[in-house]
Amino acid sequence: MVSEKKSEKIPVWDLPDIPKGELPPHIQLQRTRVSCTFDAPTHTENVLYSGAYAAMGVDNSLRLPEFRNNFKVEVVSLSEDDMEFDMIGIDASIANAFRRILIAELPTMAIEKVFIANNTSVVQDEVLAHRLGLVPLKVDPRHFNYMSEKDEPNEKNTIVFKLHARCEKGGPRIKVKSNELKWLPNGSEFKLSTEKSNPDSTSKPKTYTSFGCSQDSMPEFANNPIASKHGDIILAKLGPKQEIELEAHAVKGMGKTHAKWSPVATAWYRMLPEIVLLEEIVDEKAEELVKKCPVNVFDIEDIGKGRKRATVANPRSCTLCRECIRGDDWEKLVAVRRVKDHFIFTIESTGALPPEVLFTEAVKILEDKCERVISELS
Amino acid sequence: MEHGSYQDQSQATFTLTDEDHTLANSVRYILNQDPRVTFVGYSIPHPSDARVNIRVQTTGDPAREVLKDSCEDLMFLCKHVTNTFDQAVAEFKSRPKPESMNISP
Ligand code: SF4
Repeated sequence: MVSEKKSEKIPVWDLPDIPKGELPPHIQLQRTRVSCTFDAPTHTENVLYSGAYAAMGVDNSLRLPEFRNNFKVEVVSLSEDDMEFDMIGIDASIANAFRRILIAELPTMAIEKVFIANNTSVVQDEVLAHRLGLVPLKVDPRHFNYMSEKDEPNEKNTIVFKLHARCEKGGPRIKVKSNELKWLPNGSEFKLSTEKSNPDSTSKPKTYTSFGCSQDSMPEFANNPIASKHGDIILAKLGPKQEIELEAHAVKGMGKTHAKWSPVATAWYRMLPEIVLLEEIVDEKAEELVKKCPVNVFDIEDIGKGRKRATVANPRSCTLCRECIRGDDWEKLVAVRRVKDHFIFTIESTGALPPEVLFTEAVKILEDKCERVISELS
Repeated sequence: MEHGSYQDQSQATFTLTDEDHTLANSVRYILNQDPRVTFVGYSIPHPSDARVNIRVQTTGDPAREVLKDSCEDLMFLCKHVTNTFDQAVAEFKSRPKPESMNISP
């Protein structure tokens, strides 16, 4: 039932007796491509075992010099927060490791504790605190340390913001936006409740943080004040006489603890689509094929005498809807495939770090993991 | 942590704490591609335990050494990825941008 042409099957008696050190074309196709047939994708697995093709005289082991020669990266687009690049010649397990690290194991700073002095808005305290936690902060987490249970909040592990918004009586209702979060480089201004108010004492009253020095005196923040990445995130709306006064403390954390610490809005990859016309498709058929595809993968070429031929103009934009192989015998004419070791990787940063830095940091984390295993084993 | 036998070092199960599919699957890939390895697989015994078990069986070499080598290979691979990536980014940044081209008369 399945057409012969899709992956040319060679009868076993036509195979050469002596291993030629290369795989027969149909096996090579299964190894390197996912075939998207009408009913389901097939050959989705990766053949990993080093001796998988030993009988054919083909070594399937990983040779690092070969990897070095084959591995390629091509940047497609790069802006302040988004990046798309092609990663060619790497296995899905490694590409996936990078993706998982980007999402869950790269640290950022996010608001973790909110001290609410007054909140008469309709947004409940815990909802407001949650909303604050999700606000992306524009600050390089590499300048900070993690804060453990025992640690005092200090200038190396905590960023303090204050927010004070009030809607006056008789005025219009106001929106409280994230640009009203004001950075307090000297730490908390709220006094600990255990502190006695003693106007004679010369020492500073104890607050919820103990900063040794002001954060804006640190070289990395001197000309680069810490703020929310986007100033227009609505946190709450206030009616007349309603007020919010609070202090928000941001700490360093990882996406696997809570998604608010994830440095990427999302990071994903897809395999490069490959569309092959198995037969020449001409005239009406060609026109029909061009019409079938919703994202205009195909194009028409003039071959003289008023005849037209379908060509694959733009395989990259294929969404794998499989419309072009639906019905009649289209599956015999068009093959939709994916290249198994070519990943179109997209990173959308939330703004703490540029996407290219995020990726190199992610690779570094995988390296650190290996190093940890090596040191544990020796 | 390693669970194996002293008599036969060619097979062992390694328990890595605070790791998940990220490392285990990458290591499994590298080990599978190593001709000295006859079997490798990993499992996460319970989703709320932060650990993975990696089973390694080899043709004779101590499993521990083979696993260590695979980690080294993976590190080498990562280094090469970083270098290639940095190069590609630098190259992209040095490319003239379409909007910076002065096409007005
Ligand atoms: S699978 Fe869908 S998107 Fe891809 S070429 Fe066919 S019709 Fe176009």
